[in-house]
Order: sequence, then C-alpha cells, then structure tokens
Amino acid sequence: MQQHSHAGHAGGVRLAHHFDDLKQQHESAQLGMWAFLLTEVMFFGGLFLAYLIYRNLYPEAFLLASNQLNVTLGGINTAVLIFSSLTMALAIRSAQTGQGRIPQIAWLVLTVMFGVAFLVIKYFEYKAKWDHGMLPGPGFMAAGGHPAELFGEHVAGARIFFSIYFAMTGLHAFHMIVGIGIMAWMMISSWKGYFTPSNYDGLEMSGLYWHFVDLVWIFLFPMLYLLGAHVHTGAH
Amino acid sequence: MSAATTDTQKPSYLMDGTTLKSWLLTVDHKRIGILYLIAITVFFAVGGLFAVGIRAELFTPKGDVFDSDTYNKVFTLHGVVMIFFFLIPSIPATLGNFLLPIMIGTRDVAFPKINLLSWYIYMIGGSLGVLLIFMGGLDTGWTLYPPFSSTYSNTNVALAAAAVFISGFSSILTGLNFMVTVHKMRAPGMTWFRLPLFVWGLYSTALIMLLGTPVVAVTVLAMFLERVFHIGIFDPATGGDPVLFQHMFWFYSHPAVYIMILPGMGVISEVIACFSRKRVFGYPFVAMSSLGIAIIGFLVWGHHMYTSGQSAYVNIVFSILTYIVAVPSAIKVFNWTATMYKGSVSMDTPMVYAMCFMGLFLIGGLTGLFCANLGLDIHIHDTYFIVAHFHYVMVGSAMFAYLAGLHFWFPKMFGKMYPEGPAKLSAIVIFVGFNLTFFPQFILGYMGMPRRYHYYPEEWQVLNVLSSGGAMTLSAGLLLGGANITWALIAGKKAPANPWMAKGLEWEISSPPITANFEKIPVVTEEAYAYPSQIPSPAHH
Amino acid sequence: MGNQIPMFPENASTIAGQVDLVYLYLNLVCAVFAIGVVIAIVYFAIRYRRNPTHTAIQQVEGSHLLEIAWSVIPLILMMTMFGWGAWLYVHAVTPPKGAMDIYVVGKQWMWKVQHPTGQREINDLHVPVSTPVRLTITSEDVIHSYYIPSFRMKRDAVPGRYSQAWFEATKPGTYHIFCAEFCGTKHSQMIGKVHVLSAQDYANWLAGNLSGDTAEEAGRKLFEANRCNTCHHEQSGARGPNLAGVFGSQVQLKDGSTVLANEEFIRESILRPQAKIVAGFEPVMPTYEGQLSEEQVLQLVAYIKTLKGPAKEAK
Repeated sequence: MQQHSHAGHAGGVRLAHHFDDLKQQHESAQLGMWAFLLTEVMFFGGLFLAYLIYRNLYPEAFLLASNQLNVTLGGINTAVLIFSSLTMALAIRSAQTGQGRIPQIAWLVLTVMFGVAFLVIKYFEYKAKWDHGMLPGPGFMAAGGHPAELFGEHVAGARIFFSIYFAMTGLHAFHMIVGIGIMAWMMISSWKGYFTPSNYDGLEMSGLYWHFVDLVWIFLFPMLYLLGAHVHTGAH
Repeated sequence: MSAATTDTQKPSYLMDGTTLKSWLLTVDHKRIGILYLIAITVFFAVGGLFAVGIRAELFTPKGDVFDSDTYNKVFTLHGVVMIFFFLIPSIPATLGNFLLPIMIGTRDVAFPKINLLSWYIYMIGGSLGVLLIFMGGLDTGWTLYPPFSSTYSNTNVALAAAAVFISGFSSILTGLNFMVTVHKMRAPGMTWFRLPLFVWGLYSTALIMLLGTPVVAVTVLAMFLERVFHIGIFDPATGGDPVLFQHMFWFYSHPAVYIMILPGMGVISEVIACFSRKRVFGYPFVAMSSLGIAIIGFLVWGHHMYTSGQSAYVNIVFSILTYIVAVPSAIKVFNWTATMYKGSVSMDTPMVYAMCFMGLFLIGGLTGLFCANLGLDIHIHDTYFIVAHFHYVMVGSAMFAYLAGLHFWFPKMFGKMYPEGPAKLSAIVIFVGFNLTFFPQFILGYMGMPRRYHYYPEEWQVLNVLSSGGAMTLSAGLLLGGANITWALIAGKKAPANPWMAKGLEWEISSPPITANFEKIPVVTEEAYAYPSQIPSPAHH
Repeated sequence: MGNQIPMFPENASTIAGQVDLVYLYLNLVCAVFAIGVVIAIVYFAIRYRRNPTHTAIQQVEGSHLLEIAWSVIPLILMMTMFGWGAWLYVHAVTPPKGAMDIYVVGKQWMWKVQHPTGQREINDLHVPVSTPVRLTITSEDVIHSYYIPSFRMKRDAVPGRYSQAWFEATKPGTYHIFCAEFCGTKHSQMIGKVHVLSAQDYANWLAGNLSGDTAEEAGRKLFEANRCNTCHHEQSGARGPNLAGVFGSQVQLKDGSTVLANEEFIRESILRPQAKIVAGFEPVMPTYEGQLSEEQVLQLVAYIKTLKGPAKEAK
C-alpha cells in the first residue's frame, strides 16, 4: 500500500491513488507541465539576457562572428524541428482519436528520427568550429590564430559571441537529448497501451515539452545565425 | 467536523512499513518531510560548526585559529551550507511537505513521485557540497563574484557550482508541486480565502522557487563553463562584464531571501492565532501581503549593488522599490499584534518562539530600511551592519519561525510531547545568545568594520568578543533544544490529536496521522481559525 | 559628536555628519515603531493572558481603516527615508567642479594611489583638508572596494572600468582605509590610512615626496613613446581626431550619436578603439589592450586632459 501509487483502473484508465478523478489528474498534469515550461523560460532567459547585453556592447563583433555560422545547416535544422513538432502532434492526435498503439509509436519514431537528425547536423557544425579553432577557450585570442585573422580588433567580442552560441545551442541540444529519452519512454508506455482517448496525459505533456524545445530553437536561429547572414566577408 | 480521536484500525504513517526501503522509496509526503528534516538538521549542524569557527577566530584581532585562506573557506562554506542546504529547503521541505496536503484536505501533493525525486536531487546536491568541503573547500564567499571566482580562486569553484545547480532543481520541483497542489487539490469547500495562512505563505514561496531558481541555475552554469572551459563571459580581460554576474546572481538571490522568510511568516500566523485563540486579524491582507512580497521581491535585486558602479538612476529606482516591498511586511506585523488583542493568550513553547520572532523580525526588517537607504548604504554596504541585518532576518526570524513550527506541530508529526520546561528554557537561551551575537555587529558595521575580514583593528575587539561569546551561548541553547526534542522522540509522553485545542484540518486527524491523512476527505464549511467565542475546557476536546 | 560616542566613526568629511543624521532619523523612527509594537505585544500578552475563569473571547475580524492607516503611514515615512537618503546620495556622488583628481588602482592586495603632481603611494592616501578630491578608481585583477569609513565613502574597484567617487575632508587626522569587497587571501590586510593634512602640511608632504614625473608628464612620455601623435595631431588629413580640448566635450560619432568625452571614454578609446568611431574618421586605430597597464592608461588620460583646444570649451 505504501510503496507504489495504487493506480485505479476504472474503465481501463490509469488514475493515481491521491487524485479524486481523471479530471483532477489531467488538470494537475497540465498545470504542472506549463509551470515547468515557465521555469525553462526563466532558465534560458538568463542566457538571452547575456546575449542582449553583449550584442549591444559589441555589435560589429557579433555581426562578424555570426557570419561564420552556417545558415544553410541552421535552416535545415529549423525545418527538421518544425517537422518533428508536426509528427509529435500527430502522435498525440492518433491517441486522441483512439487509433491504437501502432500509429502512435510510428509517429513517435519519426519524431525521434527528426530529433536525431537535428543532433547529427549540430555535431557537424560543432566539429567545423573545432577544426577552425573557433571554440571560445583560452586559445581563441592567441595572436596569429584563425580567429585573430578573421576578426582582428573584434576578437574579444567574437569570443563572447561564440561563448554564448555554444552555451545556448549546447543547452538546447541537451534538452533535445532529454527529449529523445522522453520519447523513448513514451514509446514503451504506448506499447503497453497506456494512451487512450480518455487519458493520454503522458503523450500530451511530452508533446508540450517537445514543442517548447522547438520554440527555443525558433528564437536561437535568427538571433545567432541570421544576425550576420548578410555580411559579406568572403570567409566562411 | 471532527474525526474520532481514538486510534483507527489503520497504522500511523510512521508505522506503515518499517523497512529502510519503505522509507527510501516512499511517496508519502509526510515521510518525505521527515527525510528532509533529518537531512537539513545535519546540514544545519555542519553550517553551525563553520559559524563557531568564524566566531572563534574573531575573538582576537589577528589570525590565531586559522590562516587567512582557511578562514576564507570557513565563512564561505558557512554561507553556502546554511543558505542552500538549510534555509532554502527548511520550512517548505519539512513542515510544508508534511502539512500542506493535510491543511487543504487532501491525501498527498499533486506529484508524489516528483516529491521523492526532489529529495534525492537535494541529497545529491548536498553530497556534492560535503564533497566540496573535503576537497579543499571554497573561498570565494557564497556570492561567487567573478573575476575572483572565475579566474583567481584556487578552490574547486566548479564543484561548488555543480552542487548549487543540482540542489536548485530540488527547490524548483518542490515549488512546482506545491503550486499545483494548492490550485488543484483543495478539499470541497476549501476556497482560497479559507486557506490557512501557512498555505498562503507556502504558495507565495512556491512561486518564487519556480520563477527565481532557474535564473541562479543558469548563472552558476555559466560560472561552471567559465571555470572549466574559460569561455570568458564574465572576465573583463576578454571583454566580459563581472557586474553582469552580479545582476544575474542577485535576480534570484534576493527573491531567495523571501523563500526563506515567507513560510516562516506563515508559521507565525498559525501559532499566534492558536495561542490567542483568535482569527488572524485582517486575514485577507495578511494573505495578499505574502503574494505582494513575492511579486515585488523580484524587482529589488539591485539594492545589493549600490556601490558596484551602476548608474545613480538605477540605484534610485531600486531604492524606491525596496522601500515599497517593506510595506507588506509591516502590514503583517501590525495584524499579528492585533490578533492578540482581546484574545486568550497562552505562552506555550511555540508562542514563546513566536514572540521572540516578533521582536527579532522588527529589528531585522527595520534595519533593512537602513540598508535600502542610498545615503546610508554607501557607508554600511559590505560591513558588519549588513551581516547583522541579514542574520536578524534569516536566523532571528526565519530560524525562530522554524523552531516555532517544529515545536507547534511536533506532537502531530510524532505523536509525542516534549517537556515544556527545557523547551522554553532553550528558547530563552537561544534568544539571549542570538542577540548577544548579532546586536554588537550593527555597531561594528556602522563603525566601519568590513565583512569577511580575518584580521580587524584592535579597537574593535571588545565588541567582537561580545559577539563571539554570544555565539557560544547561542550554540548551547540550540544544543539544549535539540537534545530536548531528541529525548522527546525517544521517550516523550504520548500526544493527543489536538494538544493545543487548535483549529485546522491537521488537528482533526490522529497524532501521528495515518498514511492517507483522512479516513474520509473532509468537506470544509467554516472559515480559517474559526475559534469559538468560548474557550472549551480542556477535558472536553 | 562623533568622537565621544563609540558608535560612530570619526566625522571627517562634509557628508559624514549628514549621513549620521539620516542614520539617527532612521533609528528614531524605527525605534518608535519597534518599541511601540513590542509594548503592545507585551501588554496584550499580559492583559489577555489565558484565564480559566474568564473564558469569553471577542473575535475581532479586521478593520479596513486600520489596514489603510498602517499601510499608508509607514509608506509615507518610508518615502521620507528614501527621499532624504537619495538626495544625500546624489550629492555624495556628484563631485564639484575643479575637484583635485587622484587615481586609485586596487590590486591583490594593495592600493596604488597616484597624485596628479606625480607623488605615488601604496596603501596610504595624503590629502589636504577642505579640498574636494575626486577619485578615479579601478582594479587590475578582481573586484575590490575603496572604503573610508570616516568619510562615509565607498566605491567598488571593478576591473575593466573606472568608478568615480569624491569627498571633501574636514578634519586633519588619520583614518582607516579598508578594502570592502572580498578579494582573496589578504582581503582584510588590504588596508591603509588616509592622512588629512592642513594646507601647509600637505604642501610639505608634496615637496618631500616628489618621486619622478607627474601623471601628466608620464602620460606625455607614453603618448610619444607609443607614437600616438602620428595620427592624433592638428594638421589636416590626420588619421585620428585632434585631441586638443577633447576632454569634457561632446564628441559626434560616426553613427550619429554623441558621447561625452570623460575618463571612461578616453580609456575605452585606447583599449577598444572600434567601440566608438568619431564622425569623419575611419576605424583604423589599433588597440593597446595588453600593452598598457591600468596605471599607464590613467597617466595617458591625465595627459590628454591637459590638452587645451583653440575654440572648444571643456565642459
């Protein structure tokens, strides 16, 4: 009695022991997930603030540094994430309309595949920066180094741009990895038949999380990639 | 309605499963509250030991006990342990976890498994903190200001950042749980304005935990990246701005102090109402003032940075807002006082602590007005005046409120009573010791003694000796109080369901409660603190 | 008043007494409220103590009038506290014109002070009485804070920027200087003494402590050694703006905005020249970041301040 949440199985749906009814359980889950996403906004918000302040302090440097990012790959990633949100929504829809676990799992698998594609593209982007010596460590400002050649006077501001770039996209990628883990968990739950039209809370809350991570990227892409996209320096 | 006070067939939550596994895998909010209680008591002892170290060193003007680097680590770890591992969780995670569902008439918090998870996260963060102590400690001050912490310190700043980061998530999840619980799980008839004021306090605190903690999380994450990967975001040598860290840090750390005090204020409302046998005067105002403090408290962080070089205009805005945030606290103090008017006042141990709170919070809160003042703060910033101020509110108020709550709900939580005599005596000794420790520090601060000083000018030794003597007295009082409670846990007399004849749903169930809290979910029909106009004679309750 | 009561530091500057007055005012108002509430609590606890024979209680719910009263009255009182403090603060951070400039650089764990006439000090500070002194403060490493309790003055020394503070000492004597922002091992030993001297004594001290160039002279030498004059000169076609009279003027930038050419601007132009480009010039100035110490930058600033222009007025 003490150990596990004694799930009621009224009519085949799962109700935790401490809730009065499904409605209370569902509303609690929703409020909880929205509140959690609000905390994530505050979490990323700190880095958005840093970006705002330093962009204001070093406008030239930010333009030049942003120009170094690959807009094509970033754009592909944006499309990838948008499609992944579509497949996520379709997974939820298939649970909503009682289509059973195969369509649910199929849409979830597609979502994961998009997520993995995003991470793979990110890996290649990061690797390119590593190869060009553009990681914002202590060697970034070294005289004669690649960044010093590219940015000249603006190397300090460029370093800060890259610090923020890696911190924000790194944090975002971490959230993507967690999201893929959650999708895997949802696939297992779906296989066990947990999601029915009267209770598909797990899928819905996972979907909210996934959409949020997508939304963060929708902000990051223009802020980081498109900022310097128009600058013509030749170097890429 | 009143539940039967005789034992039911069901075991109490303490007896419902007696294996270690049943405790470590519990999802019962009451057991989780007890797990937190044990952990924070241990951390309080650790932080207290560091405090004794500080005051021992400051008996003399030169460094006789520690060398400077060690002393710097001692006061840093005192702050880190006391703030992150004791004060922030204290009332919410122990008393809040135990009482919140019961007070609103439900079986558990909204997310019991996340509640257990948050305890484990806290333990992991705390363990990293303990590891930090043994791996060379930290010497940056709990405030971790760069460039010292990012570039110059030789201690394990990254480990400290990790410990704080992780334990922050415990706070976020607790806040999330409490917020959803209050919104969605109140018993039938328990409207918002029938909630006990402790619940209002916990709810307001939950909002701050939710919205503020993530900001310090990302701040220490940035500090971690700075230490480990040298990304240079706060380092002026590479174009970074060290004052940006201060803004991000204090954006959380100021609301954090309201996390520490708001639950305590809620406790005081409960205790004063019970031991005056009266409804809290101006209930809606006291309730709303908790929300007001939570909200306005997010707007004042810059008052920690008056001398940092930020513009005079910014300073003026923060100063006005800081004075405004003081108003809801004043409202509470007046309402608590008015609650005692024409009541029936009984000086049981919880009330003794509550009375001590009133005096100490008056001093602590009012000295906040001194700190808020631009003309004054240029002089007293970073001196012992500030140290005295925040100890009066964090220890004199928050810790005293915690002790008041512990002594108030002890019989409910454990089904036993503690001996009254030693309990009151320890309260007095703690009160005297506390004042002796910290009041001289106001004087030292105005005289110009900076904080975090290992050596100090000889002319200030007398006041420092007074303060250190007070610290030893305070420790003795705390040890006495702790011993009394421990004795009561082992051999205390059995407690009835409602030893204080108090109003509130928690007093209508058995002491200690059964796992499910209520035999049947109550239907609430009366207002909070619906004390009758006649005191029932004790034999009939 | 300050000397007799061991609760105040020396009253040794023009604002010290005013700060103490604000302190007394706050003490008075807060004491009245605190004592008033304590008396009420004690009185209620005794007058209404639990009495087995008297079991009736009067439930008084609340009073809107009281709530308004004890919200509005404290708010008004607090606004007076804010107002007086803010007024004093604005005065305390606004140096008067013609104040004597002294440059302070904090580093672990000492204070380096440079007088405009060339004298240098470590940890100590000699100043003449009844003379406004303006401090330009920075740090070479971590954040420190320059604190003189007897003047009720404190300002953080932040690396990477200048902070300004000022005082006017009123009483000859010797007073504490402390570092007031934790900065590492010897934070509490980063202390010194400020010596307030009569005009005659100060002149004597100056004469006896001449140690080489004035700040301006050292700055002039740096200006030449670093070939600044190859771009910054008054002939036509110069690659850099003419610096004669620039200090204190409003400078028009390439992006259309104007900026005041104060110490911070001069420093930024030396260390981060690309940050603000003057209208009519190209961004070709190299940075001197890493080639000049903070003290050397201060000396250059001191020198550039002396460059007077033909028609421009220093603001």
